[in-house]
Amino acid sequence: MLKRLRENKSAQGTLLATPTLLWMVGLLIIPLLLTLVISFGKRSPDGDVIYTFTLDNYLRLIGYTKDCDNGQASCFDPLYMQILWRSLTLAFNTTILVITLAYPLAYFIARAHPKRRNTFLFMVLIPLWTNFVIRVYAWMMLLRTQGVINLVLGWFAGLLNIPFTPLEMLYTPGAVLVGMVYEFLPFMILPIYTSLEKIDTSLYEAAADLGANGIKTFGRVTLPLSMPGVVAGTILVFIPVMGTFIVSDILGGRQVILVGNLIQRQFLDARDPTFGSAASLILMIMTLIVTYFYTRKFGFGEEIIVA
Amino acid sequence: MAAEFAVELRDVVKQFTTPEGNQLKAVDHVTMQIKNGEFFSMLGSSGCGKTTSLRMIAGFEWPTEGEVYIEGNAMGHTPPFQRRVNTVFQSYALFQHLTVFQNIAFGLEMENAPKDEIEKRVKHVLEMVQLTGMERRKPKQLSGGQQQRVAVARALVKVPDVLLLDEPLGALDLKLRKEMQLELKALQQQLGITFVYVTHDQEEALTMSDRIAVMSKGKVQQIGAPVEVYERPANQFVADFIGESNFFEGKISSLSKDEAVVFVPELNSELTGLPVSQGLVNGETVTVSIRPEKVLIAEHGMNQNTFTGKVMNTVYIGTDTHVYVDLQGKRVKVFEQNRISRLDPGSFYTVGQDVILVMMPENVLVLKKG
Repeated sequence: MLKRLRENKSAQGTLLATPTLLWMVGLLIIPLLLTLVISFGKRSPDGDVIYTFTLDNYLRLIGYTKDCDNGQASCFDPLYMQILWRSLTLAFNTTILVITLAYPLAYFIARAHPKRRNTFLFMVLIPLWTNFVIRVYAWMMLLRTQGVINLVLGWFAGLLNIPFTPLEMLYTPGAVLVGMVYEFLPFMILPIYTSLEKIDTSLYEAAADLGANGIKTFGRVTLPLSMPGVVAGTILVFIPVMGTFIVSDILGGRQVILVGNLIQRQFLDARDPTFGSAASLILMIMTLIVTYFYTRKFGFGEEIIVA
Repeated sequence: MAAEFAVELRDVVKQFTTPEGNQLKAVDHVTMQIKNGEFFSMLGSSGCGKTTSLRMIAGFEWPTEGEVYIEGNAMGHTPPFQRRVNTVFQSYALFQHLTVFQNIAFGLEMENAPKDEIEKRVKHVLEMVQLTGMERRKPKQLSGGQQQRVAVARALVKVPDVLLLDEPLGALDLKLRKEMQLELKALQQQLGITFVYVTHDQEEALTMSDRIAVMSKGKVQQIGAPVEVYERPANQFVADFIGESNFFEGKISSLSKDEAVVFVPELNSELTGLPVSQGLVNGETVTVSIRPEKVLIAEHGMNQNTFTGKVMNTVYIGTDTHVYVDLQGKRVKVFEQNRISRLDPGSFYTVGQDVILVMMPENVLVLKKG
């Protein structure tokens, strides 16, 4: 038996994959199926699930509601569609901003002296040692009306004798964007760095040798060869930003509600797991669709692992 | 009018700082003049400064002192993309994200050449390196030899004044390397472009070059045609580095215009009638050298330069048999060509056998020390 296993590579593979497979089935597939079932159910008055088959939760998500002001039986309320759209655009903007910030830094680190690279990478990773929530709270301290930024600005205004009203930065979409960018920056820097660092310097020399100046070398050689890193980073940033609720909860308050917050509130505050499940599945499908089209065009960035 | 020299290095020094903080002269006052249309090789072991010299011609490095001239123009700090030279890299440095066609077209696109002209020239150069039909492949889908051809084509399509080649055949197996040597040489003759070729392989340099610069420790030891470098090495380093040599320490005991006599204490004898090279002084200590294939094992000796020794060992290597002879405690290498079949064991010298060695005066070199 053992001897046969030693000779059979594919059986070895199956054996090695089994724990993960069991984990995935038990803790991902089955809960996902449960979510699906619940999303078609009904909320009982005391917040339990009544298992039936109704599309009400999905209809509510796309704006059909029975909760009308003017006494009608049903009306259209785009609230949830707005939340979905807001999440999508925020994830998109965050990703773009993160790429613009991460690329130059990754480029700088990749071109730095090999001895210093590790120090720089270490510095990129240091924030990750602090708890996610605490880091977001730190931004609250910076952004709020009596926060550090307003304090410094007010001090300068006082020096220059300019009247100063503290800026309202917290609980704005901008605050959420800043928080998201900050939280997810390292996840873009690292893959871009990896793909840049792997480019053989002789390729830059070859480009220069063939008549390309710095800008052309970057556009024709550096950027295309580092795209796998950008793609991998985009996947690592876009998907979590779509679903996270902590950043918008702390920095957006009631002003900036994302799908993540919606889902969280359905489960914890509104105690409507059926509607929460439906929203979760819609979020997942949206993310899947975006990722599908994105990876079909650009791949998964797997080259940075394989090549 | 074309300049006299395609490339000229005038008293060039390149100094690097080592990781330990020391100053290292990778290239130490090198002067060389490479003629138009010449196949010029820089030959030396690793760290001799040949690649650094080449990189200074390409513009990847700038000299610490001295000046590089290309077609008579001082290069100063001219960046690589403004020099009319192109490089074939040791690692090929092909763009993996581009096809063969795109790789070769890269340099022409940088010149903003019209599309149909690019197509025509790429097609032409692909024919030249026998890669027609491979246009749409990615470099990864090619063999090592094919990748090497793409690297050559990519540089040649620019029609440079000078083509720089940095150990371009180093990664190929022996048989393919020999083939490519001849092909590159034929290509160079056909195009008439100046080739500057860096290699550590002396046979390669001898096979391909019009002239060779033998380098060591950042300095040029000798520049000359293959025959000169092999038959008239300028010093002991060159005699030792190119081919093999037997060396004896000696002292000039008499010197005339045409011939020298050197007393060799190791052999307790004089070597007479030796050719005289410039700068020799009577009474000077010198190194005497003779190539193993030029030492003859004779049945009868001559009046001069004849010695008797004992065979220590024989090694059969196919084309030759190497015979090691003990000459009064000094080991002398003798290479004999296997002009007859060696199937009969009796055709070999036996260990301990007495043999007569003759060193014809014209084959012995007198080299200055140091």
